[in-house]
Amino acid sequence: MRDDLQLDGQGRLRHLLTIEGLPRQTLLDILNTAESFISVGEREIKKVPLLRGKTVVNLFFESSTRTRTTFEIAGKRLSADVINLAVAQSSTTKGETVLDTIDNLEAMHTDLFVVRHAQSGAAHLIARHVPPHVHIINAGDGRHAHPTQAMLDVFTIRRHKPDFSRLQVAIVGDILHSRVARSLIHALNILGAGEIRVVGPRTLLPAQVETLGARVFYDPAQGLRDVDVVVMLRLQKERMEGALLPSEQEFFQRYGLTEERLALAKPDVLVMHPGPINRGVEIDSRVADGPRSVILEQVTNGIAVRMAIMSITLGNHARPAGETP
Amino acid sequence: MHILIEGGRVIDPAHQFDAITDLFIAVGRIAGLGYPPAGFKAERVIDARGRIVCPGLIDLCARLREPGQEHKATIATEARAAAAGGITTLVCPPDTDPVIDEPAVVELIRRRAKAAGHARVLTLGALTHRLRGERLAEMAALKDAGCVGVGDGGHPIANTRVLRRALEYAATFDLTVFLTPLDPELGSGLAHEGQVATRMGLSGIPAAAETGIIARDLELVRDLGVRVHFGRLSSARSVELVARAQAEGLPVTADVAVHHLHLSENDLAGFDSRCHVRPPLRGPRDRDALRAGLASGVLGMLCSDHRPHEPDAKQAPFGDTEPGISGLDTLLALSLRLVRDGVLPLPALIERLTWGPAHILGLDRGHLGIGAPADVCVFDPDADWLVTADTLRSRGQNSPFIGWHLQGRVTHTLLEGRVVYEV
Repeated sequence: MRDDLQLDGQGRLRHLLTIEGLPRQTLLDILNTAESFISVGEREIKKVPLLRGKTVVNLFFESSTRTRTTFEIAGKRLSADVINLAVAQSSTTKGETVLDTIDNLEAMHTDLFVVRHAQSGAAHLIARHVPPHVHIINAGDGRHAHPTQAMLDVFTIRRHKPDFSRLQVAIVGDILHSRVARSLIHALNILGAGEIRVVGPRTLLPAQVETLGARVFYDPAQGLRDVDVVVMLRLQKERMEGALLPSEQEFFQRYGLTEERLALAKPDVLVMHPGPINRGVEIDSRVADGPRSVILEQVTNGIAVRMAIMSITLGNHARPAGETP
Repeated sequence: MHILIEGGRVIDPAHQFDAITDLFIAVGRIAGLGYPPAGFKAERVIDARGRIVCPGLIDLCARLREPGQEHKATIATEARAAAAGGITTLVCPPDTDPVIDEPAVVELIRRRAKAAGHARVLTLGALTHRLRGERLAEMAALKDAGCVGVGDGGHPIANTRVLRRALEYAATFDLTVFLTPLDPELGSGLAHEGQVATRMGLSGIPAAAETGIIARDLELVRDLGVRVHFGRLSSARSVELVARAQAEGLPVTADVAVHHLHLSENDLAGFDSRCHVRPPLRGPRDRDALRAGLASGVLGMLCSDHRPHEPDAKQAPFGDTEPGISGLDTLLALSLRLVRDGVLPLPALIERLTWGPAHILGLDRGHLGIGAPADVCVFDPDADWLVTADTLRSRGQNSPFIGWHLQGRVTHTLLEGRVVYEV
């Protein structure tokens, strides 16, 4: 299901809607560009003029703190004018449609929309609707995709473990509802990761999940064995009501990332989590705050990666010359 | 009015008739085949050379949106589209607003259809009050008012005790019960549970959401002997279940929507909301099994499952869009494509669109026997056309077949001997 909506005639990234179907080189370009932006955040004056005069709207139909904030900071460090809009969406109170909202903001000459929506496919709908000079970055659509999160995850992994060919990654927990898991599996596969595992009870694994290119484990004792990276997913409390799990306690006992379980992985394992974390539900505090955790590094890297994606889609990025991964 | 339809290939599956000949129509009825009845004087001659002449199509499931959703379509607009599609009889399920659970609604629809005049509109009454699955509807009164059957209107009855009583009560009045098998809870997702839904992050509807309900309903049929018709099957296993029940001699029939024979879950790519339908498009293997079921006759009828929508209903993120395809305009041409694909021969196909549905509705229509009401469709089987929004006469332009090249266009439609459409 390659989506040509994302690439223009010359194969350049116009929108970032999903990782699925993107060429390997596009992913490498994003990672390499992000490397060049890391130093911006470490300077006294954290700003480059790449997107000066551009208008970026963070349009969030679903609430978010981390993703919206890092997009905002990323846009500002690129000198864009960034506007945040949280549109309360309730299925019962039908207000303005998504496309009406977009039309109105587009009439204000917005150059880039960063969109989050609770429904899968929302970013595709918007990308198909806007004129060619307007760009869309998907900041999460339903259970479908969260491509910038996947890119910051592989960026973080690559900084610690640059050789992906033998990399073993376990993604643990609620795969069914996770756009992070779907996008990360695609990104790791495109970048040639050795093995991707999904670990969870059958109620939290989507049908035929192995067709995404992942090995399925119900038992974390096997799924975590000798892995290089563990990605824990957030478990939402609603899952208990949908008869998907009996209780948080049982989930933590069976699947929660504890020090004992982590000991099954490689000694230099990276512990990752897209946040926000539920301490004592999917991850023990000692692990979340422990020496193998790179959870806060993910957040920091998220800014550089989002700067890279914003500048690439807006077409003004200065590609680091001669750099190879 | 005496009308001669001259020189066409007349196909009348009910009488196993298939020959190039003339068809004579007098005072609204079929008056002769091959040679004119005594005293026939053609006032109108329709040249049907190179064309097919068959009974007018009977569409077992068409939502006309009136009463209640006139912003989507009206009986008048959809009856006109039906006539242009060679369809002379439309069966309207009871999920209108208000629900067809009292004679006044039946009467309203009848009056609107009569005023429109382009097609006959028949109604299915509700099995339960307001289709809520709690109390029985006044089925005897609905039958007296003209309902040709009773059904769940796309809202399957979760409570098996209520369903059993509704079936018994319907059978008391010799009503056929039209059920749409989909578990209300397990079937609450957006797409067929499988690879595509997993990739797209759409909540899944497993095939068991359909087969589980069919299996339950078949057990009730076995106990009660009531006539049940399953509408819009979508999975291979459903076809198997119905085939087995028919082999046992249970009084069970089933239909399929024509889009389920041409599309599959793969057509959802890019979140194409025009392919958002209920039941969902399933895998290519299911599609092939449904085609085989139509060919074998396990699925005895083919329908449009017409659901016209206003543009806004489809212009939203996939999960916020309304399910359904506007199907009246493409029913015949998509059906003819099955003949080209080698699924079944033309006379058998026409049977699934005419005599098949007429038979389970208990209608003396859908055939060209002498004395039958002259509902006739004349079409050019080879005429190419490109489906565009402009070629759709339904007010609903929500068709995933826009952009398809199809063969087969209606040239004339006669409703009780009246030309209601001609090119």
